[in-house]
Amino acid sequence: MPAAAPRSGDAIFASVEHVNAELFTLTYGAIVRQLLTDLEEVDEVNKQLDQMGYNIGIRLIDEFLAKANVSRCVDFKETAETIAKVGFKMFLGVTASVTNWDADGTCCSIVLEDNPLVDFVELPDTCQGLYYCNVLSGVIRGALEMVSVHED
Amino acid sequence: MAAAAIYSLFIINKSGGLIYYKEYGSAGRMDTNDSLRVASLWHSMHAISQQLSPTVGCSGIELLEADAFDLHCFQSLTGTKFFVVCEPGTLHMDALLKVIYELYTDYVLKNPFYEMEMPIRCELFDLNLSQAVQKDRVALLGR
Repeated sequence: MPAAAPRSGDAIFASVEHVNAELFTLTYGAIVRQLLTDLEEVDEVNKQLDQMGYNIGIRLIDEFLAKANVSRCVDFKETAETIAKVGFKMFLGVTASVTNWDADGTCCSIVLEDNPLVDFVELPDTCQGLYYCNVLSGVIRGALEMVSVHED
Repeated sequence: MAAAAIYSLFIINKSGGLIYYKEYGSAGRMDTNDSLRVASLWHSMHAISQQLSPTVGCSGIELLEADAFDLHCFQSLTGTKFFVVCEPGTLHMDALLKVIYELYTDYVLKNPFYEMEMPIRCELFDLNLSQAVQKDRVALLGR
């Protein structure tokens, strides 16, 4: 039986219910502010954001697989491209680009031109070292771990 | 009349533990211990079939045809298995399994109080699952 063709990020994004973008941005901002108040240490907050992202990622991956109809990626390059083009598009409505590949092809950067999490956000000097979007790296880590890709 | 009956549905977590079992047939619900045993047996057989397969990259048994029933199995890339036991020759079970997978990602995984890999006790999942199975049954009988 022929497998269904993979769906594009745009198509899936269009088919799911959307939430108000500002509500999303404000909610995330409130979470980060509260974590800073509760934990005080920037490193602790980074860790918490990563953990929260991880818990989201381990659940999100099945939804991604169910809706996107992608088959197992052949190598890490394909994995990174799929995350950037389909994954981010499907869940955040924005496309990311993959750059900065190292010589082995084991390390890269995923760059978001237009990140809904950081709309209107300006980091004060007191928060140097805060990875404001660390939840995103946690999500990717959690999602990849569930399909047996271990990464830093 | 086209075969249209689903007898039972099982969902197994990645370690082979039964997390969901629903009986639709007239034989009555299997004893809990038996259902756990059947699930882990299937998990093992599925794993063995991947090793035995002469083709490279085999993802395990998808269909088992017996005299009295067919068994259709779907395994997600995360290792969760969904399998349904139905009347021989029942059509569109693969599509139904995909629908059940989507219901799982919505009503089970998005429930923050559901613990991963644990037995599923989500009312919304039960409700939507019944509706999906009913719709499928009606669609098959209608053809």
